Amino acid sequence: MIGSGDPPGNFQLDIDISGLIFTHHPCFSREHVLAAKLAQLYDQYLARCQRNKAKFLSDKLQALRNAVQTGLDPAKTQKSVDITQKAINEYKSEIRQTRKLRDAEQEKDRTLLKTIIKVWKEMKSLREFQRFTNTPLKLVLRKEKVDQKADAEAYEAEIQAEVSELLEELSEEHEQRMEEYRAAYQQWKAWKKAQRAKKKKKKHAAAEEHPEEEGEEPLPGEGPVKPVPPEPPSGAVLEQQVRERAARSRRRPGEPTLVPELTLAGSVTPNDQCPRVEVLRREDVKRRSVYLKVIFNGKEVSRTEVRPLGADFRVHFGQIFNLQIVNWPESLTLQVYETVGHSGTTLLAEVFLPIPESTVVSGRAPTEEVEFSSTQHVTLDHEGVGSGVPFSFEADGSNQLILMTSGKVSNSVAWAIGENGIPLIPPLSQQSIGFRSALKRADAISSIGASGLTDMKKLAKWAAESKLDPNDPSNGPLMQLISVATSGESYVPGFFRLEQLQQEFNFMSDEELNRSKRFRLLHLRSQEVPEFRNYKQIPAYDREIMEKVFQDYEKRLRDRNVIETKDHVDGHRAVVAKYLQQVRESVLNRFLIAKRHFLLTDLIVEEEVPNISILGLSLFKLAEQKRPLRPRRKGRKKVTAQNLSDGDIKLLVNIIRAYDIPVRKPVAGKFQQPARSSRTFGEKCAASPPAHSSPAPSADYPLGQVLVRPFVEVSFQRTICHTTTAEGPNPSWNEELELPFRAPNGDYSMTSLQSVKDDVFINIFDEVLYDISEDDRERGSGTHTRIERHWLGCVKIPFSTIYFQARIDGTFKIDIPPVLLGYSKERSVILERGFDPVRSLSEGSYITLFITIEPQLVPGEPVREKFDSQEDEKLLQATEKFQAECALKFPNRQCPATVLDLSGKTVFVTRYLKPLNPPPELLEAHPNNPQATAELVARYVSLIPFLPDSVSFAGICDLWSTSDQFLDLLAGDEEEHAVLLCNYFLSLGKKAWLVMGNAIPEGPTAYVLTREQSHYLIWNPCSGHFYAQFDTFCPLKSVGCLIGPDNIWFNIQRYDSPLRINFDVTKPKLWKSFFSRSLPYPGLSSVQPEELVYQGSDKAAAAELQDRIEKILKEKIMDWRPRHLTRWNRYCTSTLRHFLPLLEASRGAGVEDDHRAELLRQLGDYRFSGFPLHMPYSELKPLIEAVYSTGVHNIDVPSVEFALAVYVHPYPKSVLSVWIYVASLIRNR
Amino acid sequence: MAAVGPSVFLLMVNGQVESAQFPEHDDLYCKYCFVYGHDWAPTAGLEEGISQITSKSHDVRHSLVWNFPIDVTFKSTNPFGWPQIVLSVYGPDVFGNDVVRGYGAVHVPFSPGRHKRTIPMFVPESTSTLQKFTSWFMGRRPEYTDPKVVAQGEGREVTRVRSQGFVTLLFNVVTKDMRKLGYDTGPADMLRVEGQGLTHGLPQ
Repeated sequence: MIGSGDPPGNFQLDIDISGLIFTHHPCFSREHVLAAKLAQLYDQYLARCQRNKAKFLSDKLQALRNAVQTGLDPAKTQKSVDITQKAINEYKSEIRQTRKLRDAEQEKDRTLLKTIIKVWKEMKSLREFQRFTNTPLKLVLRKEKVDQKADAEAYEAEIQAEVSELLEELSEEHEQRMEEYRAAYQQWKAWKKAQRAKKKKKKHAAAEEHPEEEGEEPLPGEGPVKPVPPEPPSGAVLEQQVRERAARSRRRPGEPTLVPELTLAGSVTPNDQCPRVEVLRREDVKRRSVYLKVIFNGKEVSRTEVRPLGADFRVHFGQIFNLQIVNWPESLTLQVYETVGHSGTTLLAEVFLPIPESTVVSGRAPTEEVEFSSTQHVTLDHEGVGSGVPFSFEADGSNQLILMTSGKVSNSVAWAIGENGIPLIPPLSQQSIGFRSALKRADAISSIGASGLTDMKKLAKWAAESKLDPNDPSNGPLMQLISVATSGESYVPGFFRLEQLQQEFNFMSDEELNRSKRFRLLHLRSQEVPEFRNYKQIPAYDREIMEKVFQDYEKRLRDRNVIETKDHVDGHRAVVAKYLQQVRESVLNRFLIAKRHFLLTDLIVEEEVPNISILGLSLFKLAEQKRPLRPRRKGRKKVTAQNLSDGDIKLLVNIIRAYDIPVRKPVAGKFQQPARSSRTFGEKCAASPPAHSSPAPSADYPLGQVLVRPFVEVSFQRTICHTTTAEGPNPSWNEELELPFRAPNGDYSMTSLQSVKDDVFINIFDEVLYDISEDDRERGSGTHTRIERHWLGCVKIPFSTIYFQARIDGTFKIDIPPVLLGYSKERSVILERGFDPVRSLSEGSYITLFITIEPQLVPGEPVREKFDSQEDEKLLQATEKFQAECALKFPNRQCPATVLDLSGKTVFVTRYLKPLNPPPELLEAHPNNPQATAELVARYVSLIPFLPDSVSFAGICDLWSTSDQFLDLLAGDEEEHAVLLCNYFLSLGKKAWLVMGNAIPEGPTAYVLTREQSHYLIWNPCSGHFYAQFDTFCPLKSVGCLIGPDNIWFNIQRYDSPLRINFDVTKPKLWKSFFSRSLPYPGLSSVQPEELVYQGSDKAAAAELQDRIEKILKEKIMDWRPRHLTRWNRYCTSTLRHFLPLLEASRGAGVEDDHRAELLRQLGDYRFSGFPLHMPYSELKPLIEAVYSTGVHNIDVPSVEFALAVYVHPYPKSVLSVWIYVASLIRNR
Repeated sequence: MAAVGPSVFLLMVNGQVESAQFPEHDDLYCKYCFVYGHDWAPTAGLEEGISQITSKSHDVRHSLVWNFPIDVTFKSTNPFGWPQIVLSVYGPDVFGNDVVRGYGAVHVPFSPGRHKRTIPMFVPESTSTLQKFTSWFMGRRPEYTDPKVVAQGEGREVTRVRSQGFVTLLFNVVTKDMRKLGYDTGPADMLRVEGQGLTHGLPQ
């Protein structure tokens, strides 16, 4: 009922602070110290007298003895002997306990009395010695006469009773020991007998020496020692002991009872009779004053008046504070402040007051004294002994004493009573019941705050400070808690427990929790461990969880520290892969928290406020044609990837058309074979182009087919879709293929999608029909053909690119193997185009594609976070300004003025560019041909494997490694390749820049621009290809900025396509430069090394790797053909193996015809289809994927034979170029 | 298999989106969908639904009554991620554009039986007064990218919402095998009846 209906704020707590007494103060003189001690002892004495425990225990003892007496008497007459015997035994043990307790109490009483007298004597002698008195304390010992005779009798009776009891106890004990002794003795005898059986000579002598009585000398010897019988208790000794103890702890008989009485009747010596030091001390005391602050829930609510410190070190306040409160108080504290003269105020101590119980109301609350003490150290130059400093009562300074300032505040805290007599107490529901209520009696929480409970040290300190009586049953739980928690008073745990009650809420131990598969699974899932992040329906029982669920995860944990050499053929790369993994993990962890930040746009779709231009556009749209001649793709609504599931996401691949697909060459029939092989080299060269420029179907084409019947097959995540077959070298399919997308582990969150590593393979095949009719006669009645597909080339696009670009639209160069047997390019087409000499550089086949994801996913935004940097602050500011200006004008053009290095620091981008020496071997290859050298260098750079940051760092950031790091890691993305290539070009003396822009399919990327004599060349650093500025097939579609070793130029031209811009950076109207006259280039030092050091190429390792790759690939092909026999044609393989080094030397150009002739000569009667694949070496998986995607293994003609040759060409710094030649051979009938 | 005991429990929910109180709006329809944790799977019924458009009654209460049925069954192994029903109410504004009139979510009641729930609905606020005007003018009020965010706590700190209207839902909940898997959700009296079993009721 209390206060439940009251509005909050009506509660009142009355704090009555009546006064303060110092039990020690720096200004205490020695006499004061003794006086305080005396007062304290006297208080103790009074308290003990009041309880009179010794008396209580004596009475109890008497009662117990009586009980034993009466219990023994009926035991003789009645039958239930064992019950009474048992009770008597219990009584006896209790008598023993009580006696011990009583003796201890009596001894304490006596010692206390002795100490009081001793201190009083010391004080008296001190007063005499110093010839003045400081304190009015006076001890009077009142003697109470006792009846000497009765007293002596009682004393004697007590001793006799005790002796007899002890005697009884001891004899019982003796009996017990004798029992033990007998058993032991029997045992020993048995052993002795056994001994005796062995030694018959000693038989008699030994037997005589064993009477049953005690006091025998044991025989020396091995085996069990002969037991010694215990001594019987002697009454005389016992009595002596009891008397000694009694003399120590009890009043002698007839001695008068001493009752000390402490009075304040003494007189203090006036000032003028005191020595100077004492006068100084008294003056110092007068200057001091004290006040108290009342702190409620950690806030000061009021303070007392400042009162001077009296000569007796008592301060009287007598003030009552009424606290109007709303809630149940958390803590109530008084702070004791002392001011000395006018100088300063010091906080002496804090006093924690207990929160009164709800029954304690004003007027009924007793005044309580709460002790406090301070740790301050004070040394004074007068009689005052100081605080926290050693002093001594002896003249020689021995027996030193250190006292701390301490005292007592007498106060009373109570709840006020309202007008209508209802106590103003906050409702009890506001107190947290539970563990607090167990402790509330002791009010530990209210005095040290709830947080104090976490710290047992504080609690124990409080208990000691407030003189908590450990024997008081009401303090039981608290004392137990303290003793359990600290296990001894002084033990303090050396740690801080964050969730100190966690233990109590645990329903099972951690080990059990870990053993349970279900809890483990739940735990891993909530930790978002990748394997379990999206684990659905964790079974309800352990037994339903398969052990293999954890296998992958455990394997990954194990492998983290083990370098797996199985997957990585080459040891160095294994180390690098592991290092990269670690960098990746550390970076990911760093960004994990940042990713949790949401923006409004992540949650709420809101239309932007239209401005004039948008309004204008929308007006313009009204006039737009409903069905324009050249329709544009409309933007779609974006979907956040949070509520997607399997099957929701599809990859749409729109294959539009292709250009310049290689066409078939007439297959040499059996009968034509002699003629073909006898052709001369020159004849062939002269004959081939015109032969193919006439696409008229000739007799050579089987079944009269056209030049080529290409179709496109798209494979993604091992799902395969293909278009219909078109005809001719410039086919137009215009088909949309739909491939399902599955996220790893069914996790469609942004992070997961960003790290999808799958590639989309777009393969172009030629469909060839072969007539396999056995007999010409059947031709009339039916067709019997076999369809074969010949791989022509492929385009590979990583999924991450599609995800980040949202859509990919453009014309791509088809990656066609340098040698495509049986096919040739229609050179005539190229020749027609050849009016521009530069354009012919980009010969090749192209395919126009449009790829997107349905529904459109929102790619992750880069983390909005600032990174630390070692750059000059001014430079960083200039960078921000520059970037802001650029973004304002052309928001779509990228301009990275600062980038992150591998350690996550911001670095100014030009520091990456510096001439660096290419490997000397590359320079020596073509000493007279700078263009060839440049191409070779570009090829070298392109052979370093490509590894996108976005896959590993999920678009969070783009880390730039320096060129030496890049060469050591042997992996990097476009920026690293471009930086290295640009540095090489700079060292070759070319004018070279880094181009930051957009390309297809990569999206935002880095290319390298060089200026030749008359024109500019754009280099793709990852493929090693170069394009002229006006090449329409150049993958670079827009240019954002150029970066040189000493400046950045931002493109401020109207267009950004390389075809339409001017690369002359000296024109400030076209290029906005970072460093200009207003901000001159400060000469930034490069982060690149002085020089790159190259180790020579390791031919032996390359040869070994070559053998291993070949072996693994052959095994794989056999695996992929489980239902067919795979025969290997050794002859052909060796031919191919010899041919591959030639390809490497010529970089795949201009050797095709020689090769074909060679093959034809050697394998004349086989129909041969095959091609060499070329790629940089990173690891085995991409090689296997590439071979698989060509589909060579799909041929299921029974008589097919295969050939596979691998060639690994080593470049400096263990950069490896891998050639794989796969071929299938079918013997012509 | 039956001897081993069940490995999943079932939660069958039927009921209806009964009515709504939107004093300022009329001609509203509502959509509902369920949001549930990883360990839950719907086994039968419809997880999502879209109701008819209803107009205010002409009586004093002006209630919008849909009486749109819900009937779905879930199975689960773990009460964590207990299903929530997410409601979103739409209606035309003055220009006739469909705009959102309220989002709201509530957990499916835990205990079997018949439960009536009235949930307050809210809409996201425009970021500025100008935005508010243009969104009113163009009929494109701020909306959640996905109504399911109202069932999650993540990312709410960046949004501001205004409360408008109430929707009343009726649930009839039946569970199966919850107790066998060790989860007690029933009211206290049911617990006594079922937990003690038959033997207790028999005279001894």
